[in-house]
Amino acid sequence: MTPAMIQLSADGRLQHFLTIEGLQRKHLIEILDTAETLSGVAERRVKKVPTLHGKTVVNLFFENSTRTRTTFELAAKRLSADVLNVNIATSSTNKGETLLDTIRNIEAMQVDMFVVRHAVSGAAEFIARHVAPHIAVLNAGDGRHAHPTQAMLDMMTIRRHKGEFANLRVAIVGDVLHSRVARSNIHALNVLGTGEVRIVGPKTLLPADAEGLGVHVYHDLAHGLRDVDVVIMLRLQRERMSGALLPSAAEYFQQYGLTEERLALAAPDAIVLHPGPINRGVEMDSAVVDGPRAVILEQVTNGIAVRMAVMSIVLGNRAHPQEDFA
Amino acid sequence: MRISLRNGRLIDPAHGIDTVTDLHLADGHVVGIGKTPDGFSAERVIDASEHIVCPGFVDLCARLREPGAEHKGTIASETRAAAANGITTVVVPPDTDPVIDESAVVELIRRQAGAAGFARVLTLGALTRGLGGEILAEMAALKEAGCVGVSNAQVAVPNSLVMKRALEYAASHELTVHLQAMDPWLSASGQAHDGQVAARLGLVGIPVAAETAAIGRELALIEETRTHVHFGRLSSARAVAMIARARERGLPVSCDVAAHQLHLTEIDLGRFDSEAHLLPPLRTMRDRDALRRGVASGVIGAICSDHQPHQADAKLDPFGMTEPGASALDTLLGLTLKLVDEDVCDLVTAIERLTAGPARLLGIDAGHLGIGAVADVCVFNPQAYRIIDAGSMASRGHNTPFFGWELRGVVCHTLLAGCPVYHHDEL
Repeated sequence: MTPAMIQLSADGRLQHFLTIEGLQRKHLIEILDTAETLSGVAERRVKKVPTLHGKTVVNLFFENSTRTRTTFELAAKRLSADVLNVNIATSSTNKGETLLDTIRNIEAMQVDMFVVRHAVSGAAEFIARHVAPHIAVLNAGDGRHAHPTQAMLDMMTIRRHKGEFANLRVAIVGDVLHSRVARSNIHALNVLGTGEVRIVGPKTLLPADAEGLGVHVYHDLAHGLRDVDVVIMLRLQRERMSGALLPSAAEYFQQYGLTEERLALAAPDAIVLHPGPINRGVEMDSAVVDGPRAVILEQVTNGIAVRMAVMSIVLGNRAHPQEDFA
Repeated sequence: MRISLRNGRLIDPAHGIDTVTDLHLADGHVVGIGKTPDGFSAERVIDASEHIVCPGFVDLCARLREPGAEHKGTIASETRAAAANGITTVVVPPDTDPVIDESAVVELIRRQAGAAGFARVLTLGALTRGLGGEILAEMAALKEAGCVGVSNAQVAVPNSLVMKRALEYAASHELTVHLQAMDPWLSASGQAHDGQVAARLGLVGIPVAAETAAIGRELALIEETRTHVHFGRLSSARAVAMIARARERGLPVSCDVAAHQLHLTEIDLGRFDSEAHLLPPLRTMRDRDALRRGVASGVIGAICSDHQPHQADAKLDPFGMTEPGASALDTLLGLTLKLVDEDVCDLVTAIERLTAGPARLLGIDAGHLGIGAVADVCVFNPQAYRIIDAGSMASRGHNTPFFGWELRGVVCHTLLAGCPVYHHDEL
């Protein structure tokens, strides 16, 4: 079964949002354009539009994340939806309830959308396959697999600064192996026709056969950064800083930390992204984080618009299944 | 009971027989091939024309789930499924609950198997107590109780000194050690082959080195101890090459492969298909092809089912949370015959890998049909097809990556020591 099949309706419209893989350029452009339109909502005196009035969105978080959950919550509320936050990391699955039972229970509360975060790769897709057909599933991060709204907010940020993707060189730096952000970004950049996508990191933090993902692989940061227009830094989990993957946070910073000197190797107007939360002095030097090239806070702002866009597109497609998809 | 199987195509690889003839059975043994023996009068005549008559299959690895996991299957349910698929001998690894590390468990399994009466159930005793990898199991007592070998199942023995001593001790008692090569660290929490598919799906990879590092260490120990070691369920091209070289050097090693490894690759994980969650994992096309060549050349001496039936729940979760393994008794014959259809090997070789091959590796008198041999017989229609689905599967476990496949070969009769234990009426 191709990845597109479950998240797309028979006529090719987004029914769930689980992964970038298998989507077409038109899907991503629709999300980006809608997000641009919706980003104006935040500037209004009343920061709300009635798009999802009467709809109920459930944030189903099997893994703790205040930040991502908050932006999804804000996005849903700005669309006038009712929002229910369910933190399962600390509740029922620990009591032995299966994932499907949990889903069935919340499904019975007559809700319209699940925003799912789960520590296991494939969880959102699994839920989408088993949930009642009227419920849309948005993947807010599953294991190492995908974090498609993060990728779209990164694309929105890049597009705002750089315009077209075709001429861009983009480097994704750090722990690609464990990163759902990296996987989704690689797919999104490739779907949007990015000139060159690089990943940079030590072999211990890159997946086997990484070239198969459609990237050029670099182990040397200086080489990897040369002439790139966009640098996407990845978060390094604290528990991975010292052990068999890496000797120490200090050595990691020395080899792969982004400093102003290293950033100077990139194109003169290169921008720097990071999905947050940042470990200052590990992934990036504070001077870069706080410097003019970092667009990290814009990412956060764009994240709300992108999530509003995805929610309204997916529920809109379900409300008007007969309309033609341009 | 005296039975004549008439006009079947008798394939008995152990004796190089492939001919249309009659097979006569009496008192649980083969008493005649071709001409009816003097004074023999059949109580029952089975018309086997257009069918293949061959030794009952010997499956080197099938989990029957009893004792310990009866919600997945029982000795009765799974040996009945074995009989329905022409399998007359199954070898059970010791990772039951309780573990087969004392005679009482061997006795329990023997009793249940005897009561069910569908197939011979042979046990592998534990190599280390509780499969803990630290203290040797009472191998001599286990052998006395009837174990045909010893094994640590899918649990590694990390300590090389313990492994060396376990091999030495097993050799002292002339026990074959059955190992499933898997380095515990390289495979820790692994979910899929460490390749393109795992990279794309974000699954935890199990590199080929998890298998070859373990085989490498064991071969070094076998050089010293000269223990007969059987490596079960190989998954990689490099592992096949290592075993082939070791055999050329004269080391007493053998190996088998699970039938599903001969047909599927990592690509079959599709979008997180939990039915393809298997251990060792499905690897690349190159690995699959090398395993096929190993079966054809004989480096791989047996094809087994690696049967692991599950309740439906076990596969109903995101991929990484599901239990690995496939219910595989129902697909063993069909997948083996598919090798013939795909020109991997000829029919006699294919049947050999299910009969005389595994029997020889076990050192048991089975898997052949010469005069005087025990009459464990399978009669199947090689021209009939079956669709693998819940309705057609005899095992209680319906977890299979081959769901919906149409496989050639339908078993019509299974005889255990000359007695019919399964019969399928054809349309």
